[in-house]
Amino acid sequence: MPEALSILPQVIVDGLVVGFLYAVVALGYTMVYGVLEFINFAHSEIFMFGAFAAFEMLMLLQGAGFLATLPPLIALVATVIVAMAVSGGLGWTVERIAYRPLRGAPRLVPLISAIGVSFFLQDFARVIWTAARGNYQLTVPNLISGTIGPWKIGSLPINVMIPISALIIMVASVLMMVGLIWFVNRTKVGKAMRAVAQDRPTASLMGINVNKIISLTFILGGGLGGAAGALFAVRYGAINPYIGFILGMKAFTAAVFGGIGSLAGAVVGGLSLGVLEAIVTAYLGPLTGDILKGPEYKDIFAFVILILILVLKPAGLFGKATSEKV
Amino acid sequence: MTQLRKLYSQLVGLFQSRRTAPAASILLTVLTGLMQVLVPQSGFSILFTLVAIYVVAHANVHTVTKVVLAVIPLLVAVPIAGRDNFALMPLMVQLCIYVALALGLNLVVGFAGLLDLGYIAFFAGGAYVYAIFASGQAAKFLPWFAEHAPTGLGGWWFWAAIPIALAVAALLGIALGLPVLRMRGDYLAIVTLGFGEVIQVISRNLDHPLNITGGAPGIAPIKYPFFFGIPAEYNGIAVYMVALVFATLTAMAMMRLEQSRLGRAWAAMREDDIAARAMGVPLVKMKLMAFATGASFSGAMGMLFAVKQQFINPDTFGFMESIGILSMIILGGLGSIRGVIVGAAAVTLLRFQFLRDLSDLFAGAGLPPALDITKYQPLIFGLILIVMMIYRKEGLVPATRPQIDVDNLGAPVPKPASSTQGKALGQ
Amino acid sequence: MAVLLDAQQITKKFGGLTAVSEVNFQLQTGEIASIIGPNGAGKTTFFNVVTGMYKPDGGKLLFAGQEIGGKAPDQIAALGIARTFQNIRLFGSLTAIENVMVGMTLNYKSGLIDALFHSKRHKAEELDAKRKAVELLDYVGLRSAANEVAKNLPYGAQRRLELARAMASDPKLILLDEPKAGMNPRETVEMMELIRRLRTDYNKTILLIEHDMKLVMQISDRICVLDYGVKIAEGTPAEVRANPKVIEAYLGKGASA
Repeated sequence: MPEALSILPQVIVDGLVVGFLYAVVALGYTMVYGVLEFINFAHSEIFMFGAFAAFEMLMLLQGAGFLATLPPLIALVATVIVAMAVSGGLGWTVERIAYRPLRGAPRLVPLISAIGVSFFLQDFARVIWTAARGNYQLTVPNLISGTIGPWKIGSLPINVMIPISALIIMVASVLMMVGLIWFVNRTKVGKAMRAVAQDRPTASLMGINVNKIISLTFILGGGLGGAAGALFAVRYGAINPYIGFILGMKAFTAAVFGGIGSLAGAVVGGLSLGVLEAIVTAYLGPLTGDILKGPEYKDIFAFVILILILVLKPAGLFGKATSEKV
Repeated sequence: MTQLRKLYSQLVGLFQSRRTAPAASILLTVLTGLMQVLVPQSGFSILFTLVAIYVVAHANVHTVTKVVLAVIPLLVAVPIAGRDNFALMPLMVQLCIYVALALGLNLVVGFAGLLDLGYIAFFAGGAYVYAIFASGQAAKFLPWFAEHAPTGLGGWWFWAAIPIALAVAALLGIALGLPVLRMRGDYLAIVTLGFGEVIQVISRNLDHPLNITGGAPGIAPIKYPFFFGIPAEYNGIAVYMVALVFATLTAMAMMRLEQSRLGRAWAAMREDDIAARAMGVPLVKMKLMAFATGASFSGAMGMLFAVKQQFINPDTFGFMESIGILSMIILGGLGSIRGVIVGAAAVTLLRFQFLRDLSDLFAGAGLPPALDITKYQPLIFGLILIVMMIYRKEGLVPATRPQIDVDNLGAPVPKPASSTQGKALGQ
Repeated sequence: MAVLLDAQQITKKFGGLTAVSEVNFQLQTGEIASIIGPNGAGKTTFFNVVTGMYKPDGGKLLFAGQEIGGKAPDQIAALGIARTFQNIRLFGSLTAIENVMVGMTLNYKSGLIDALFHSKRHKAEELDAKRKAVELLDYVGLRSAANEVAKNLPYGAQRRLELARAMASDPKLILLDEPKAGMNPRETVEMMELIRRLRTDYNKTILLIEHDMKLVMQISDRICVLDYGVKIAEGTPAEVRANPKVIEAYLGKGASA
């Protein structure tokens, strides 16, 4: 038993790292839902395109010889910015083409369209990169390596090792979250976004250009997804068109867990889900006598959480229960 | 352009006029039969057959004539053509399976308004129920089978398995329905998606501690059943006949359900669940019944699929398949029985015939195998969903409500008529 | 006359807001009564409590002697209460006759097996349902529109269809939420006639919410006045008209009509 517990700190840290990725992607889901009451099913593919954009950027830098000469941090920032731009633009485009024409339609109509976009983008990426690079499963040029840890507090060993790329994910995520929350709460545009999220017709009557705000939401959300994609690519080193699907589902679950529409909720939800998932993955096998092996079932853990939340407390941690006026 | 339109309306007129319709229908049927027999390799002839059946079905002739004429190409010409074109029979079986699946999903999504994105899970359930006991799989975890039926049950098991598959699928449907009872449309959709994933993951991993599903490699080979005491022929004519019967029964069932107390209750629930409840419609029971009934049709077709394929593995039962079926009903016409049949036929032909033809064409022109056209299915499904939502939500053949002859209530006449134009009404 | 609906000290809160506060109201069988009051007085909330959409936070609700407070809407419908809605809630894509037939769902038993195999019960019930539906459509003057899709009907016809649908389950009590909203004067007179005939021809007890004072005064046996969730007056039209509290609540608007 003590041996099982000794891996716990590492498990938690690993969970937190993944959790930060979930949180950043969840922010994209929750922002769009807050403003449009719409699940942007294609957000996962926007994340995926960010990863591919990062890959291309790194290949470019490598080809031009910069990868060896530039400080890795500069290369990383450049890559992330490129990914954010690509994904932000993609988000904007998807909204204009596939969602805006459906603005007034019953709720399920844009959802079906979003599913269509998701499928389309997945296969589109596969075709493009197979044609361009000969394969759709690609290895990302190595940018950051090395780990930090383990440490000691006094004479107590903490068996935790954190890859530097993971550390960067955590730092970058925190920076982005803080930036987003500052933007939404302290700027005029951010206030306009909150107004549109609360009451779209009135916001429009107050002179807010609702279409521009919605576009901005998709650009921001997309940008965040893209940044997460770039960080993912740098951290895990291998990408394919399908990395968005499962991660997107988990990030969406995290957004619901924290309370859909709430930025803080997305963050807390993402981190919690990451840690819980890591714990389940590590301990499910031992707990069930290896009948259910953790890594095999870990992907559906998030679905189980989703069902539990939607059944027990649909508003999530920070959400408000809403009821329809009769 | 106007010349074409004139030609088109003249052609339509041929089939609508009482005088010429019978002759025109017979002629068309004969033409179709000839085409099937003389040009069996072509995807075009299959398309022609299906279009011909559609045209005859809507012609102004006696219903019995319609049935006979529509059925001849299906029952006679296709098997004959199948002797030359080995791919034809499996394709037609696949078509029947997808028609039935689309009809089943249409019940859940189109009738009851529940967006189920994990419909393939029930299909998988039925397939595995049959396959486990019709192969060596059962012997791997049940000692009785290892001793008495190491390669599985053959022949009669297919027929015994039908009610079992229906029941298992219905139970799975209820298992999905229970947690989603109070969920709103979009959340319900995501949860059903999750359910589909869960079933796929389970089927992939349930090979230890007991090897129940065969894990990732799946189950093979699956024994052929006996149909009416005759072992099914290698080129699958018997399988095709059974598939045709399944599909027809499913369509008939859907038509009956649509015009019933149950069907109207589902429609009311779909349109406005608060008002439905106020009218006394028991929402919980209706939702569960929709899931269970839709699921059981899926399960039955899963069995047939296992028979046709002779092997199954978890990869066949993924999210892409669920979305494929969804795109069939969206393309054809959500809620419309005819529409859904058309959509299923169109998408199936596209996937399994035309994409292959295109692929051969492009491969011949030098396209590398990695970019093979037959792999573009997610792209196409995605495009179908997006384009249909934006440009024609109601589908190619929109749903219409049955018209009731209020003046002759002894025999209600369910002749569908388009009622999309509003008219001013007097008292 | 027996008390059909007995609302005792009914209270309903939404968070900090008390929408309905200790409202006492008894409805006799065969009466036509109205609940009136300024906007936001709690009238529709009261309806929603009676029909089971909201659970009362306080008080007792009895229907034909049976406690119904907190029961689900479909259970309450089964006990014999039907309603129409303030914003028409028809089943838009269904035809008029189908809308009415849905209203009858409680009266029949055909299920899945009956439908699939066209059992005797299915055939008999379908025929019976269609016949009764046509009768009801005839009664509200919509027979010619039977096969029209509900959302394509003109507004007045939709209101009458909703009424026919409410009648379909053969309820003891019908709640009408602003039945004449959006109608022109001629349609209003026809609606009033229709409501009166429901009582005389079918012996229905009717409770309505209305803003139109003329309609309310002409049609009601008794009126209950709510203001800010509290009952401020009750009585015959003449009594209510003269009540100073009522006049005050309305600031004289329409009370002298």
